Amino acid sequence: MTNILLIVFIISLLYFAIANRLMTYVKILALQGILLFGVAFIELIEINIINLIFILFETIVVKAIAIPLFMRYIIKKNKITREAEPYVPYFVSLIVITAIIVVTFFIGNYIQEPNLNKIYFIAALSALVSGLYFISTRRKIITHVICYAMIENGVFILSLAVGHNMPMLVNLGILLDVFVSIFLLGMFVNKIGDVINESDVTQLSNIKD
Amino acid sequence: MTLFYLAGSILLAGALFLNRNALINKTLVIIFLLLQVCYTAFLVIYQNCSDAIYFKSDALAILMTGTLTIIAIPALLHRYDYVYKEQDSPANRGMYYGAMVIFIMALTAGYTASHIAVTWIFVEITTLSTSVLTFHRRNAGSIEATWKYIFVCSISLVFVFIGILLLSLAMNNEYQAGMQYSTLVQLAPSLDPFWLKLAFIFIFTGYTAKLGLVPMYTAGIDAKDKAPAPASALFSSVLMNLGFVGILRMYIITEHASIHAWVNAIILITALLSIFVATVYLLKVRNIKRMLAYSSIEHMGIVMVGIGTGGIGYYAAILQLILHSFVKSSLFLQVGHLYKTFKSKEIFSIGNYFKYNTPGAVFLLLAFIGIAAIPPSGLFISEFYLVLALIQAHQWFVLILILILLTIILWTLGKNVFKILFVPPLGFNPKNIEKGNGYETLSHYLLLGLTVYLGFCPPQGFVNLIQSVVHSITF
Repeated sequence: MTNILLIVFIISLLYFAIANRLMTYVKILALQGILLFGVAFIELIEINIINLIFILFETIVVKAIAIPLFMRYIIKKNKITREAEPYVPYFVSLIVITAIIVVTFFIGNYIQEPNLNKIYFIAALSALVSGLYFISTRRKIITHVICYAMIENGVFILSLAVGHNMPMLVNLGILLDVFVSIFLLGMFVNKIGDVINESDVTQLSNIKD
Repeated sequence: MTLFYLAGSILLAGALFLNRNALINKTLVIIFLLLQVCYTAFLVIYQNCSDAIYFKSDALAILMTGTLTIIAIPALLHRYDYVYKEQDSPANRGMYYGAMVIFIMALTAGYTASHIAVTWIFVEITTLSTSVLTFHRRNAGSIEATWKYIFVCSISLVFVFIGILLLSLAMNNEYQAGMQYSTLVQLAPSLDPFWLKLAFIFIFTGYTAKLGLVPMYTAGIDAKDKAPAPASALFSSVLMNLGFVGILRMYIITEHASIHAWVNAIILITALLSIFVATVYLLKVRNIKRMLAYSSIEHMGIVMVGIGTGGIGYYAAILQLILHSFVKSSLFLQVGHLYKTFKSKEIFSIGNYFKYNTPGAVFLLLAFIGIAAIPPSGLFISEFYLVLALIQAHQWFVLILILILLTIILWTLGKNVFKILFVPPLGFNPKNIEKGNGYETLSHYLLLGLTVYLGFCPPQGFVNLIQSVVHSITF
């Protein structure tokens, strides 16, 4: 069952590569939150109950509901145009993401490690690398935040892979999530809109030597 | 005591944040400083004791916390608003001091943490408080710097977190042992080398954002440029020390494993690259705060060369780190005065500083000698030990490269500093110039004097502490 959920997660990366509207990005993020909820539920069912409730609460409430809703609010409030406007064509992105998934698949097969479930490793690594790729190819600041949330999802999967041995690490990953997302988004919603009119990363390249 | 300190600092930060009265604000800051001094004294008295499970007062923690406490006193008591007095509002001031208290608390806890994940949590908290401080001026420049800082640091801390996960994979089912640094050092010979290498790469790369090495140094430069001067003084000294602590504790683990030669090579390469990058930027930089920030990168490169070389290089590295903190923080505090006089950070529009602020100018001249490691600067001693270590390790190529790069840096720093001191500025109207408060320069002199003292006739306790850090690396 977790295999199906993680494969859907990897497919959502491919869909992210060709989606051209910001709201689609946000919906993919919400979908990933729900998938992670399922994975966490199946994987961590044996750990102690309070910890489990905390982790499940975080995935479903923060990842699947709060952050996407907050993003939607920001997009509406700052009147950001709906198009994603990447630097490279969608087709090229699709090829690159496919290549990333294939390469991580081979790396995952190459590594012999009994403690590490391969599919978790592949899903986590491809989410991580794709997130970095999306950050470097998308123009808007808000898409950078969305891609950062995606990288965090990848890291969360990686922490689940070792989580039944060390639940503390999963909690730490959640801490990272909550800390940074709230902070990044809070700053975005309050300030950037007031000082900088265009929500475009080219506006953020004045400091240099 | 640690829990009491943490709770007390958070309460004080909350009170500072809510309070609007200037007098109460000052009182709260002084109470916090007393708390900080008491906690440092506690660490010194109960050396090598564990506290609250996750904290331990080992020699490294004591050295770093002591440095932090000494620098925090002038940084907090300085009037941070000496430039934009007219824009200052009570709400802004409360925010600034609240963030400053949280920042210092997180640094202290990060130094003393004895668990790899706890260090990570407090480094994360420093990122958040640093961005509040960088954001203080609320203009387009500071928003850009803050955004870049949060983003780069968040990605870096994700890297550190991945590193911790990989380290847990390297532990080969020894999960019940936990991830305290002491247990990890004991487990080190049995850790899986493949995962340990990967974990080291991720943790090292992540903490370079704080330490200011290639590849993640960029964000810190912008933050130091745009934050108020006392905050930049802390960013450029004690915050970098926190990155160093994170890396050194991981380095100690690898030093006891089979991969330490590989780790040393990685550290030497990044350190040399950092010095090189710093040299290139120093040659063309025109903003004095950024110039000092790049000079910090160079010094951190030297520190890491010491760590990568080993032998007496460990001693040199830790001495260099501490002395650099004092010189660099005092220089950043002085830049605040410079900015107050000239209302600019561009080297072209500041100059003839001797005429407008003599105590500050004399300090700048002495601090230049200090930062360039010319005797009687204490940094001369540490860099001398470093050269000795490189000769003993037969690293001739590294030695010659570093000496050439340091000569170029000395020339370019000297050129800019003497321009500020003696050459009249372009288009500057000295009519309504603001006089700096002479007493505030005193703290800069004291910090600078401390480096000479610690470099040339260090007290025995200080030497013992450094030696016990070196011992913990090599035993």
